[in-house]
Amino acid sequence: MKSFRLVWANLRRKKVRTTLTIGSFAVALFLFGLLAAIRVGFRGGADAAGADRLNVINRVSLILPLPLSYRDRVLQVPGVANVTYATWFGGVYQDERNFFAQFAVDKDTWFDVYADYVVSPEGRAAFMRDRQACMVGRALAKRFGFKVGDRIPVRGTIWAGDWEFNIAGIFEGSRPDADTTGMFFRADYLEENRQFGKGTVGWYVVKLRDPGDAVQVTKAIDALFANSPFETLTQTEKAFAASFVNQMGNIELLIMTIGLVVFFTLLLVTGNTMAIAVRERSGELAVLKTIGFSDPRVMRLILAEAVLIAAQGGLVGLALAKLVLPGLTRALPMLGVLYVSPLTFAAGFLLALAVGAAAGLLPAIGAMRLKVVDALRRV
Amino acid sequence: MVRIDGKGDGTALVRVRNLDKKYTRGNEEIHVLQGLNLDVDAGDFVAFMGPSGSGKTTLLNLLGGLDVPTSGSITVAGDEITRMSSGNLTAWRARHVGFIFQLYNLIPVLTAFQNVELPLLLTRLSKAERRKHVETALAVVGLSDRMGHYPRQLSGGQEQRVAIARAVVADPTFLLCDEPTGDLDRKSADEIMEIIDRLVREHGKTVLMVSHDPQAAGRAKVVLHLDKGVLMEAAGGLA
Repeated sequence: MKSFRLVWANLRRKKVRTTLTIGSFAVALFLFGLLAAIRVGFRGGADAAGADRLNVINRVSLILPLPLSYRDRVLQVPGVANVTYATWFGGVYQDERNFFAQFAVDKDTWFDVYADYVVSPEGRAAFMRDRQACMVGRALAKRFGFKVGDRIPVRGTIWAGDWEFNIAGIFEGSRPDADTTGMFFRADYLEENRQFGKGTVGWYVVKLRDPGDAVQVTKAIDALFANSPFETLTQTEKAFAASFVNQMGNIELLIMTIGLVVFFTLLLVTGNTMAIAVRERSGELAVLKTIGFSDPRVMRLILAEAVLIAAQGGLVGLALAKLVLPGLTRALPMLGVLYVSPLTFAAGFLLALAVGAAAGLLPAIGAMRLKVVDALRRV
Repeated sequence: MVRIDGKGDGTALVRVRNLDKKYTRGNEEIHVLQGLNLDVDAGDFVAFMGPSGSGKTTLLNLLGGLDVPTSGSITVAGDEITRMSSGNLTAWRARHVGFIFQLYNLIPVLTAFQNVELPLLLTRLSKAERRKHVETALAVVGLSDRMGHYPRQLSGGQEQRVAIARAVVADPTFLLCDEPTGDLDRKSADEIMEIIDRLVREHGKTVLMVSHDPQAAGRAKVVLHLDKGVLMEAAGGLA
C-alpha cells in the first residue's frame, strides 16, 4: 500500500498510452456486459422458469392447438394443483416495428399459476370485470407510455380484424430479469370474436403440488391423451423455455466465442503495452532494486499497474453497459429484458482483473529477473 | 585508515580479500579485478581513480552487493556479503548502502520528496516519521524549498542533491558514489563535493567514490588507483 503512489505515478507517466489501454479494457468489458445481458435475455425464460410448473403442448408442434376440454381432465391428474392456459395472438400495434408479445389467457387462473407476475388487487379486479381488459408489463408500458385506462387498438394477424383492449393494470416481475415486455388479455374475449379455432388453446400450464412429482405427472398427462387426435407433450417449464431458445441456434456458443476472442486480443494488447512500459523503465527498476526493493516487490509493482489499469477499464466498461442496456431493451424488445445483473458485474470485474494480472505477469517476471548491473549499464 | 595489502587487523568497516571478477565475452575471458585487497575504516573517504575499463565501477558494484565476485570475499560491518543470497543481499543493501549515480537516476514521475522517501518505504516507519526523515535529508542538501518539484523542474546539480538526500535518508552504513560529478559543470560539481565532504566530516559517513575528476577525488582522504584490475596506492601514499 505504501508503494501505491509509485504505481499510480507510473500510470500517469504516459497518459495517452494508459488511457488507450484503459479504453481497450472498457470496450472489452462493455462488450462483455452487453453479450452477457443478451445471453441472459435469451435464456431469461429458462432461468426464470418455475420448478413447480409444467407446460403441455401439442406433441406434433407448438403452433398446433389443444382442445380446451383437456383442462378439466388434466386437473384430475394426481399431483396437479392448478391448470391454466394461453394462446399466442400475434397482433400488431400501430406498426409492425412495434412488436410485442400478446397472449390470450384464462382470466381466473393465469395470475394464480404465475404468481411471479405481481398485479395490484385493483388491477386484478378490473381484469375480471371487463371482457376487453388486458394487463401490460411494466417495460411495455414504459416503452409506449401506456397507462391504466388506456385503450389499445391491435390489428389481428392470425385472427383478422381490429381488436381493442382496455388496460386494467400494469404487472411487475418479482425478479429483476422477469419479462415484462408483453401483454395478457382475456381468452374469453378471443374465444367470442375469433373466426376459427374455437374451443382450443395454445398450450396448458400445470402447477404442481410438489416439484418432486414432475416426472410422474408428466407421464400421467401424456398417457391420458395418448393415441388421441391431439396427443400432448408435457415438459418442465425450464425444458420448454430452453427448447424455445435452442430454436434460435447455439447463441451461447456464439457469445462465448466472441467473448473469448475479445479477451484473448485484450490479453495480447495489454501484455504488449506492459512489456513496452517495463522495457522503457528498466533503468528505474534497477534503481529501485539498488535501493533495496526486492525482486518480488518489483514484480508486484508491475502486476499492480496492470491490474489497476484493468480495474479502471473494467469499471468504466461495465458502467457503460449498465447505462446503455435500458435503451437497447427499448430499441430491441425481441431480445427480452437486457440488464447487467450484480453477478454479471462482479464476474466481469473479476475477469478484467484476471486478464490484467495475466497480461502483466510476463512483464512482471521480466522485471523481477532484471539484473541490476546490466540495467544500470544501459542507463 | 585504508590498507590495500590485505593485512588489516579485522576491525575495518569494509574488508575485501583476494577479490577476483572475470567476465566472459564470447570466447574471451576478461579479468576485471585481480586478487584485490582493501580495508576501509568507518568515517573514511576513499576515491578510486583509473582509466575507463580499469574495473572501478565493477568494484563499486561488488562493494554494494549489486554483483557477485568470481572469487574472494567482501565483509561489511561483520557481514560477509559474498555469501548472502540474492534476497538477503537486497535487504542488506536497503539497510547499509546509499548509492549516488552519475546520472542521478531519480524517478521522473515522483517529486523530490517522493524520490527521497523511496528507501523509507521499505522500513516500518510511520508516514509522519518518514516525512520527518525526508525533510531532514533534503535540508542537509539545501533543498527544503524544492520538495514538491519534479526532477524535470530541477537543475542537474539540484537533481544530484536530491539523489544524495535519497542515499542518506535511511542512514546507511556507507555511501557508494559512481562519478557523482561526472555530469555536472564545475560549480555544481564543487557544490556536490562540498556536500559529500560535509557528510564525512560532520556526519561521520564512510564514502567510497569512483571519479575521473582529479579535483573531486582530491576531496577524499585517500585516493587509490585502479589499473587493469589491480589496486595501487596514489603518489602521496595511504592515509
